[in-house]
Amino acid sequence: MTTTAESSLHELLTALGERQIAVGEVRGVAATDPVNLPMIHHWTDAMGDANPVYTDEDFARGSVHGEIVAPPAMIQVWTMPGLARAKGAASPMDDVLGALDENGFTGVVATNCEQTHHRYLRLGETLVPATRMTGMSGPKTTALGVGYFVTWVVTWYSGDEPVAEMMFRVLKFRPREKKSEPEARAPFPLRPAVNKDTAFFWDGVREGELRIQKCGDCGELRHPPGPVCPSCRSVNRTHIVAAGTGEVYSFVVHHNPPVPGIETPFAVAVIELPEGVRIVGNVVGCPLEKVGIGMQLRVTYREMDDELVLPMWVPRES
Amino acid sequence: MRTLTEKDIESGTTLPPLRVDLSPTLVISTALATMDFTPVHHDVERARAQGSKDIFLNILTTMGLVERYVTDWAGPEALIRGINVRLGVPAYAGDAIVFSGTVVSREGAEVTVEVRGTVSLGDHATGTVRFCLPG
Repeated sequence: MTTTAESSLHELLTALGERQIAVGEVRGVAATDPVNLPMIHHWTDAMGDANPVYTDEDFARGSVHGEIVAPPAMIQVWTMPGLARAKGAASPMDDVLGALDENGFTGVVATNCEQTHHRYLRLGETLVPATRMTGMSGPKTTALGVGYFVTWVVTWYSGDEPVAEMMFRVLKFRPREKKSEPEARAPFPLRPAVNKDTAFFWDGVREGELRIQKCGDCGELRHPPGPVCPSCRSVNRTHIVAAGTGEVYSFVVHHNPPVPGIETPFAVAVIELPEGVRIVGNVVGCPLEKVGIGMQLRVTYREMDDELVLPMWVPRES
Repeated sequence: MRTLTEKDIESGTTLPPLRVDLSPTLVISTALATMDFTPVHHDVERARAQGSKDIFLNILTTMGLVERYVTDWAGPEALIRGINVRLGVPAYAGDAIVFSGTVVSREGAEVTVEVRGTVSLGDHATGTVRFCLPG
């Protein structure tokens, strides 16, 4: 899709979002069942929640509540549609989420759920949910792909009284292209410079070894590899196999310019190895905001295509 | 079964950790107890077909476990006022979730606890729970 098409799509989605926000609160279908003890009991058993105010009538009577109350976190349960989906329960979210689906933002992941409880619910109360859209932002580049964050708020009413609210935010994203069959794997567009000085390193990577060049005479370790020892000027050389651990000495998060074959942003670090040399590598397998100086890492080996394996770095479990 | 009082709690008080093993039975029974019949929470084949490693906890259960973690410690008469969760990596069947928590503020009877629920992939849920001590 061209940039012009993307920006007109963005305008379309934003306008739709603003329209739906302006619609305000839309009442949904009332709960099928009132707040009831069997559903509470089923929930507390499954959760392993032994709080007696939810299920023990005697205890509840002597408690601050004076009677059995429902677990606050059950609030959404009461108005779940269940297996026989409630028909005709239009929500102001339907159009926005539908439009995102139609434009390829088919992935969905919830990012935030915030409940506010005004009071505890008693047995016999019947709840009605009402939904209002409150925000949409994007397009944003995330670890999952490019997408829009969409936010809405559900308020539950008992009669006319609002008893609880829930803010819910999802990321609707364009899933990354799935890697196809192994034989169809496209070659990674970047290749390391392999020569007589560095071949031992790349041979090691393919074997799952992080090899560090060592002077054949004075024994000094050096990286990146080179033909002459900077310490004693010997051209004799060998290597050791590093433990494969290290810590971030310094790093950058690369946003621009685009790099062929790699999704931006990504983190590149100078990693200090316990053997005493530093090596440059990508930090993967964790959110970018977690990357920091002193972070403990271990090496991992990523198959970039059928031939190329690159060493990369992931957080080390403590 | 005692509910904590203001003198039991101050900013910086840590909660004892809670480990919950995520057996398939737990993942499925909590999904159904929260009326969530989405296949990724009970049907392993469907979950894998969608690119997940296994069936995983639904959000209503995450909220329930976070609430339980705090009331298990604070006591049965602690009054939950708010649960604010930022969702992270999935909590798959076969894994375990470990909750930890710290009191970040207490103003009179109102207490805010920072809670973290960690699975082997990282943080599944991080956030805060607000509650009031009965007075």
